[in-house]
Amino acid sequence: MSLTSLTLGHFLTVGAILFTLSVVGIFLNRKNLIVLLMAIELMLLAVNMNFVAFSHFLGDLHGQVFVFFILTVAAAESAIGLAILMLLFRNKSSISVEELNTLKG
Amino acid sequence: MDYQTGFFYLFAALLLFAGFRVITARNPVHAVLFLMLAFSQAAALWLLLKAEFLGITLVLVYLGAVMVLFLFVVMMLDINMEGVRKGFWKHFPLAAVLGVLVAAELIAVQWAGFPAMSMSPDAPGTGVNAPDYANTKELGLLLYTEYLYPIEVAAVILLVAMIAAIALTLRQRKDSKAINPGLQVHVRASDRLVVLPMAATQKSPPAAEAADTEEGKV
Repeated sequence: MSLTSLTLGHFLTVGAILFTLSVVGIFLNRKNLIVLLMAIELMLLAVNMNFVAFSHFLGDLHGQVFVFFILTVAAAESAIGLAILMLLFRNKSSISVEELNTLKG
Repeated sequence: MDYQTGFFYLFAALLLFAGFRVITARNPVHAVLFLMLAFSQAAALWLLLKAEFLGITLVLVYLGAVMVLFLFVVMMLDINMEGVRKGFWKHFPLAAVLGVLVAAELIAVQWAGFPAMSMSPDAPGTGVNAPDYANTKELGLLLYTEYLYPIEVAAVILLVAMIAAIALTLRQRKDSKAINPGLQVHVRASDRLVVLPMAATQKSPPAAEAADTEEGKV
């Protein structure tokens, strides 16, 4: 393990720290829906980082194709998530997760 | 330490700093801006990994479209941050300890599980390092041959997302004068037309008779 020349481990480490950061972010900001969405975006970025790193170091382009599809689905997810967020804010005038208890029996 | 390693540490440090600020920023607009910084640094890291197409796509699609969408939504919503952030710093130490633990475990497994691979797996002049190698071209060849069906499914997913987002947020205009065709079809004659009982023939009024005689004289 050497720190001066780049290896696969460097990129995987960045991905792991980024993923953990976003998990902590979800834990800390669990009342704020919009920061939750941003933390999910960060999480997907960390996963994509791992895919690209493996794709490069194994010399296999299929990993990058997978990242392409993840980006597509992430864009669709954030568009629908933000639309739902707008609708929620219009009806409740708040985006606090704690007020989402309409379905509670 | 070559220049690639130096750039890696620069980009990685900025990426992690921006990620940290995204989850701790008080103002959600700042959080979105730091998320943009994080994505740009990730794109730079991908360029280091010779994934040019994905790096540029990340900048164009994510910084250019998705993050601007986030900014629009954040600016449209009037969020009361004081209520939302109550108890944030109370839970921070626990979250930090758990986060460091999880990150350390992940990193330990990854350093131990994957043998150190050098930066360029191909010898100089071949494979990724060949002078006429184009990442975009190779990716395109793969996407439009082997992944043809998945790419069409991805297109349909984007279409569904677009229609869903529009359908969710579309509001009926209150001041519109448009007519509902359904109501129009269901109209009957009795709703619009009133038939009054009247005699079939009527005596002509005397004034008209006088006008006729005058015309005869001329």
